[in-house]
Amino acid sequence: MSENYAPKSAVGRWFNDRLPLLNLIYGHLLPYPTPKNLNYWWTFGGILTFCLVTQIITGLVLAMHYVADADLAFASVEHIMRDVNYGWLLRYIHANGASLFFMAVYIHMARSLFYGSYKEPRELIWIIGVFIFLLMIATAFMGYVLPWGQMSFWGATVITNLFSAIPLVGESVTNWLWGGYAVGSPLLTRFFTLHYLMPFLIFALVILHVWALHVPGNNNPEGINVVQGSQDTVPFHPHYVVKDMFALVVFLVVFAGFVFFVPNLLGHTDNYIEANPLQTPEHIVPEWYFLPFYAILRSVPDKLGGVILMVSAIAILAFLPWLDTSKVRSAKYRPLYRQFVWLFFANVILLGYLGAQTADGLFLIIGRIATAYYFAHFIIVLPLLGYIEKTKPLPKSLSEPVLSPEERQMKAAASGASA
Amino acid sequence: MSEKQVTRRNFLYVTTGAFAAAGAASLAWPFVDQMNPDASVKALASTEIDLRPIIPGQSITVMWRGKPVFIRRRTQAEIDEAKKVNLADLPHPEADSDRAQNPEWLVMVGICTHLGCVPLGQKGDYNGWFCPCHGSHYDTSGRIRKGPAPTNLEIPDYVFLNETTIKIG
Repeated sequence: MSENYAPKSAVGRWFNDRLPLLNLIYGHLLPYPTPKNLNYWWTFGGILTFCLVTQIITGLVLAMHYVADADLAFASVEHIMRDVNYGWLLRYIHANGASLFFMAVYIHMARSLFYGSYKEPRELIWIIGVFIFLLMIATAFMGYVLPWGQMSFWGATVITNLFSAIPLVGESVTNWLWGGYAVGSPLLTRFFTLHYLMPFLIFALVILHVWALHVPGNNNPEGINVVQGSQDTVPFHPHYVVKDMFALVVFLVVFAGFVFFVPNLLGHTDNYIEANPLQTPEHIVPEWYFLPFYAILRSVPDKLGGVILMVSAIAILAFLPWLDTSKVRSAKYRPLYRQFVWLFFANVILLGYLGAQTADGLFLIIGRIATAYYFAHFIIVLPLLGYIEKTKPLPKSLSEPVLSPEERQMKAAASGASA
Repeated sequence: MSEKQVTRRNFLYVTTGAFAAAGAASLAWPFVDQMNPDASVKALASTEIDLRPIIPGQSITVMWRGKPVFIRRRTQAEIDEAKKVNLADLPHPEADSDRAQNPEWLVMVGICTHLGCVPLGQKGDYNGWFCPCHGSHYDTSGRIRKGPAPTNLEIPDYVFLNETTIKIG
């Protein structure tokens, strides 16, 4: 696809002969053959790229005004909000951008789960994706600490204390992370450094993610193999460039709605109180996108056990391609999985709700059941379904399911005649 | 002829590799150790406190190594309550006499041993401390009684310099 490309300008040809960068970009963005039936759930890859670039650009300019010191950080954020030209806008874009980034990534992952995009031959795309998700979690958590409000401080305290659950070396590890005996300036400075670094690591992984994607090509709603360059594919440009752009504009409407009308809706008011090491807020809650994992942490009455379970909840995703034993990808052709995957989504949302409640009484009991079900989905339901589920017959091509019965007959007759 | 014979070249490969690995490891250490508590942090490692203003039933919170330390002048009722507990009932058995050098004064790090929040005083089911984060209940001796915290509230190293002054750290 890319070999035949020749730049039109003389300068372009001169450059491309010496470094075929234009070839590379051209091949991956323009004629790249894409299944012709991708729905709007497939537009979130492009939306996520947009989110990452937005976070990097707004973060870069915020870093020009922010001071990473325990005595100055809170004031410097207020300085950004009140004094810096358009500082309020940049910070609200960055803060809400993080939330929307997670919203998009959860939809992107849910799409993969529903249509079986993680299955052979796309396991590595999925695993790289899990690593991107992990880095996103770390980046978002460290970023939330930087304003040095009460939630920042106590969130950092609770999460860094998770490492104290490690047997024997736990205390040394937490003191090493803190650079002291409690959360303070040394931790803030190193979190700022890492928060600045990680988006670029994410960017590098995104390149690998897309590279790995372009080897087998996109999955599709039917979940069947599509021959690249056949009647079932269309060039990425203009078909999906336009579709992605339209989805992005709709996404931007939502984004702007948050930034301009309810910029603090997803934040916590306690984070507008400066960090106080002597007073823990009444009720510590993480940002909404961590709530399901927080609920899993709290459902276990044992410190180490809770930490292990929370980490496992994310790590188990990396093993998904082998835990799901079914050869059929799309939930469209898996009547049982289709129900179980919706149940799984509902369970994650339930866990998210429980993560925001106090961990006692009925909430704690439901939280334990929901946590057990989360793991049961991966360890019991998925491996078993591959053996007991009777899947529906797969179409031979992307066109087949949308043809009328007459057209299908004609096509069969035609192929019979030619054979 | 044996192909597995050890030659002078094999020996050179292994020793060169080992030397490089040891060098890399020793060079990595400064990059790891720079994150540990530095000299200025360690220099603040002890604090002296005057106990005279505290009346029975009152607590103060002081900062030591960036952490809150609770100093409570316990009432007789609290001391009695702490002493009469059956040690077998405790998740982390420790006698009250091992936790308070002078029964009247309870000195402990005010950080929940679960995930590091600051517990609230004179709250909870055991009339001691209660951590609002994840619901750990401590008794009048700061021992864990109920909830996810694995151990009792930590007792820092401290000495009574005289009747009315202690030095923590």
